Amino acid sequence: MDMSLTVVLAVNSVTLGGLLFLLSAGFSLIFGLMKIPNLTHGSFFMLGGYFAASLIGWGVDFWSAAFLSGLLVAAFGGIVERLILRRLPGAELAQVLVTLGLSFMVADVCLRVWTGDPIRIDTPSALRGATSVLGVAFPTYRLAISVIAVIFAVALWALLDRTRLGAMIRAGVDDPAMARVVGIRVSRLFTIVFCLGAWLAGFAGVIGGPILSVYPGLDQEMLPLALVVVILGGSGSLLGSLVGSFIVGFLYNFGQALFPELAYVVLFLPMLFVLVLRPQGLFGRQAG
Amino acid sequence: MTALAVRDLDKSFGGLCVTAGVSLSVEPGERRLIIGPNGAGKTTLFNLITGELRPDRGAIMLFGRDITRVPSHRRFHLGIARTYQIITLFQGETLLRNVMLSLLGLSRLRWNPFVRLARQGALIARARETLARVALDHLAERPLAQTSYGERRRVEIAMALAQNPRILLLDEPFAGLAIDERRDVLRLVTGIPRDVTIVMIEHDMDVALDFAERITVLHFGEVVVEGTRGEVVAHPRTKEIYLGA
Amino acid sequence: MKRLVVAAALAILATVPVWVGGTYYVNIASQILIAAIFALGINVLVGYAGLVTLGHAGLFGIAAYAGARLMNNGHGHVAVAAGALAVTLLGAAVFAALALRGTGLGFVMITVALGQIVWGVAYRWISLTNGDNGISVSGRPSPLGLSLASAASFYWATFVIFLLAVASMAIFVASPFGASVLGTRDQPRRMNALGYHVWMIRFLAFLFSGFWSGVAGLLYLYYNQFVGPQVVALTASAEALLMVISGGAATLLGPIAGAALVVIMKNVASAYIERWNFVLGAIFVAIVVFMPEGLVPGTARRWRGAMAALRQRAAPPVAAR
Repeated sequence: MDMSLTVVLAVNSVTLGGLLFLLSAGFSLIFGLMKIPNLTHGSFFMLGGYFAASLIGWGVDFWSAAFLSGLLVAAFGGIVERLILRRLPGAELAQVLVTLGLSFMVADVCLRVWTGDPIRIDTPSALRGATSVLGVAFPTYRLAISVIAVIFAVALWALLDRTRLGAMIRAGVDDPAMARVVGIRVSRLFTIVFCLGAWLAGFAGVIGGPILSVYPGLDQEMLPLALVVVILGGSGSLLGSLVGSFIVGFLYNFGQALFPELAYVVLFLPMLFVLVLRPQGLFGRQAG
Repeated sequence: MTALAVRDLDKSFGGLCVTAGVSLSVEPGERRLIIGPNGAGKTTLFNLITGELRPDRGAIMLFGRDITRVPSHRRFHLGIARTYQIITLFQGETLLRNVMLSLLGLSRLRWNPFVRLARQGALIARARETLARVALDHLAERPLAQTSYGERRRVEIAMALAQNPRILLLDEPFAGLAIDERRDVLRLVTGIPRDVTIVMIEHDMDVALDFAERITVLHFGEVVVEGTRGEVVAHPRTKEIYLGA
Repeated sequence: MKRLVVAAALAILATVPVWVGGTYYVNIASQILIAAIFALGINVLVGYAGLVTLGHAGLFGIAAYAGARLMNNGHGHVAVAAGALAVTLLGAAVFAALALRGTGLGFVMITVALGQIVWGVAYRWISLTNGDNGISVSGRPSPLGLSLASAASFYWATFVIFLLAVASMAIFVASPFGASVLGTRDQPRRMNALGYHVWMIRFLAFLFSGFWSGVAGLLYLYYNQFVGPQVVALTASAEALLMVISGGAATLLGPIAGAALVVIMKNVASAYIERWNFVLGAIFVAIVVFMPEGLVPGTARRWRGAMAALRQRAAPPVAAR
């Protein structure tokens, strides 16, 4: 494999890694902190893309569409959390089934509204073309995705580690009963976290649009990637999501290039590795 | 040879140290009581001994054999039995079936997928005997969910005894019992022959002090006082821990 | 009384091709039996071992694809069956070893990831699975020289296997090993303290469950004469789970009834509504929202456990009858 192909693959890997981080950070938050296995997460990603495609079609610019789509998905997520998930605290099987069922319903509705043809989202005009970094030309948009992912990683870390909201989130997770006693509105907090996770997924779906397009089945393709990231990186760990996302991004792209038919199997191997050696994930907390 | 010896046992969860350099040894036939305020690490110590938790450091010896590396479920084949603070028996099953399950655990039969469990006459007879030993055989067909807490505790202890243990670990056996139930359980426990060594965690001093020959006091994961009943009760640190707490 | 009902039911099932009108309905009956075998297999894990799986379509698919490949390579049907089931058992062992690294929820999530990986292979590894186009086979086995080409004869062969499956489940549940499995569902910690090797019990239950899923997959291949990636999609695992839950997990009859329900609804629904996926999803949501407790023994246990922990004293004993 020659050098330029390697570089292209590397760039694509970083891009996919960045997208996966945005997608799985939300999933990891919801799963790790709220203990909810949100199998609707892939649907959030796809919905974000579809919403943005329509918004852009109505003349909204790319970035506003990305932000707004995220909000629409977050709103949907909020409704799901308040009306359904809230009634099932700790009932993990029920949560799995309900989020799974919702993902099927969403997929079907999307198919009806937006039909089965893949929809392309155009790269925002400001970021088209290539940029030269250290003398090498990279597609500007893909660089931008990486930058965005890093910005969000830092922002999320700051939120969790440095703000009162983040402290309340962490407290509410460690001991919801105690947190309530101390005056933290745990249920409102959980809704906020769920909506935040949904927003991130929806936003990611838009950002990924120019590269992946939006099509039926996108949800089913992205969900297991997010799952593998969280299994690898450990749930509830932002750093784990970050590292896991890039590992998956690299494995997927290089795997697909080197062994085109085995992309999924290539993902399988490190997951196997991690599960055997460190079942809580690379950065997860060990079960007590 | 000591029945049970624990040497320099350490266990931490993240930053929290729950067991700090605990060492103790129990002689065969002894009646040892472990006390200490909430959070002292008493149940954790039991969990380390049974292997339900892995220690960060230290060793556990059972009748001279180092069992630190032995998988948890295998330790129960080596002569340990235990009860739990919260009774976790099989709610949907009858008392008889509960006891049968406990007897099955140490028998080769447990891997057999072909024969009918209901036809295993020898096992069923032994189960009835076990219930009879705690005067509960008249309730053999009663679903566990329809028995009183005291009856369940007696069943639980009976199940542990049915495993023919050399060491019995009792974790707060009197918790949640009414006075007459306590009396029944106490009678049961004091009636256990001396070939079974007993280590008990208890909060209820009235009952437990009578039972204990030697006492170990834990505080913040460390052994702070140890000795005969008289020594421990008179010790200034004991009073400090219990009155100060 | 119960024996009479069972005998009557068996008689009815055995004679389906005689009284049901037309090949189409006999085929539906075969589909129901195949689905029932699959659901019974999953029930071993979900109902009896308390381990929810959303990846078993992967094992079903492995059997079907392995069978298809072996058949198209010219092997005889005995070799096909043995080979396919051997590969499936190997797959089940790998699935189990990985999934059991997680507990409860972790277990489910790992089965989802594993099932999706099998789907990815089915969809992308074109040289192995022909991707989206799937693999066609022709021919069915001729046990004892009898042809299974007709709908009725295939139904009867499937019925025999179905009976074997049900019998094996009944024996399993009544056995000491079955009691061990049930015990690990309800009180895994206690089982460990009683000397049971909880991991090994679950692992073996997984293999038993995988075996019957493989049998169902192989039967499906013979029935359909074709296998494609849709068979291993998450929706397939979800449907199978629905069969187990809707009929009543941890019973013998439940998965059978659930399979009948889901297959009939699917065939009826596709006549009137094209949106089976939407209906499937809505049913899941409805089941959860309207009966969140006691869906499956595991969830009922969570409630009972919580109640028991809160209560200091149980209710006074019921007066002797």
